[in-house]
Amino acid sequence: MSTVHPTPGVHDLGGAEGWGRAPVPKPDEPVFGERWEARAFALALLSMRVSGTNLDAFRHSMSRLDREDYFDDGYYGRWLHGAENLLSDSTIVAPGTVEARAARLAGESDVDEPPAPEPHRPDYTPTAGGSIRTIESPPAFKVGDRVRARRFDPPGHTRLPRYVMGHEGTVGIVEPAQVLPDSHAHFQGENAQWVYTVRFGSRELFGPDAEQFDLNIDLYESYLEATG
Amino acid sequence: MTRIPIELRTEALEQLLVERGLVDPKVMDAYIKMYEKDVGPLNGARVVAKAWTDPEYKARLLDDGTAAVAELGFKGPQGEHLVVVENTDEVHNVVVCTLCSCYPWPLLGLPPSWYKDPAYRARVVREPRTVLAEMGLEVPADRRIEVWDSSSEARFFVLPRRPEGTEDHTEEQLVALVARDTMVGVAEVRA
Repeated sequence: MSTVHPTPGVHDLGGAEGWGRAPVPKPDEPVFGERWEARAFALALLSMRVSGTNLDAFRHSMSRLDREDYFDDGYYGRWLHGAENLLSDSTIVAPGTVEARAARLAGESDVDEPPAPEPHRPDYTPTAGGSIRTIESPPAFKVGDRVRARRFDPPGHTRLPRYVMGHEGTVGIVEPAQVLPDSHAHFQGENAQWVYTVRFGSRELFGPDAEQFDLNIDLYESYLEATG
Repeated sequence: MTRIPIELRTEALEQLLVERGLVDPKVMDAYIKMYEKDVGPLNGARVVAKAWTDPEYKARLLDDGTAAVAELGFKGPQGEHLVVVENTDEVHNVVVCTLCSCYPWPLLGLPPSWYKDPAYRARVVREPRTVLAEMGLEVPADRRIEVWDSSSEARFFVLPRRPEGTEDHTEEQLVALVARDTMVGVAEVRA
């Protein structure tokens, strides 16, 4: 077992302290609180298609935002900033263009906009729709097996949260095989693999004084190792 | 440098993509309308009411959630694989996505603001009983808590407990009782 101490990603919030009380749900809240949120939602969904990317790349586009862009404009603000990353990566929109257009909209008529660049979309085609795949290899683990979540700190995307890394749990459900987000987000292959819902005791995760409960989380096969 | 207001930023990006023919505003309108009008928690409430009144359907729902909700016509983005967990007198289930805000769109629509709140995402995997109490739900001390963190493309959906006093309700009457938050596990259904 390695001794990597992963750097917290801005999005990796599980178990973090300092966020205050949980909000009391409002039963009659509108789907979109403000009109721009609805526009940002639709723009972000379409930006995945326009940029020739995928859902995992979109999630990663938000994970690499700075704290201001991740938190300060709320959930759909995060979507918009993420979509801008995808459009910038595929050189659909040149750096500075959105800022220049926003300045024009705000009344600054003498702002120059960079010309539209030549798009460079990733060279990638999904093998099927969605994320579930049929694979040949049998699952490495079965329900009831004890497993440990690996510790690693990849330079790019992962769906392995810090708060379970290095901890031992029990396989509760063998889920269908899925495309691996870690490589798929970077267009480096689907690497479809089995996914396991692993159950961790709260005191295994958070120590002997933690509230007593079980935490179930989906982990891709390559995130896991057998214990013992 | 002053931060650009997000409303302006959104409008700027929309203009840029629309004028180059990359995005059709009518398609944007259709996406928005779908989640404002057509796909929302009423879908989930129909699933719950059917499960409460049809034991064979409930068994299918717990065995293969994806297929069982497709019987009622519910499928689509963020609904590729559905796992249904049942709340009982012994166990209380609650769902979160700590890494973003994954949520079963075909059954519940887009997530409410509390689900996307950093405090909920950070804390419900660490102190769920405390968090649920802050949100207005006291889970009895003798009821076990199971938290489900949606980190793959599987989506978790809570089948809430059927309240006492609803034995004579029709399926339609039951649908009206099942509110959004009960299907994520932060509230109980009230008769």
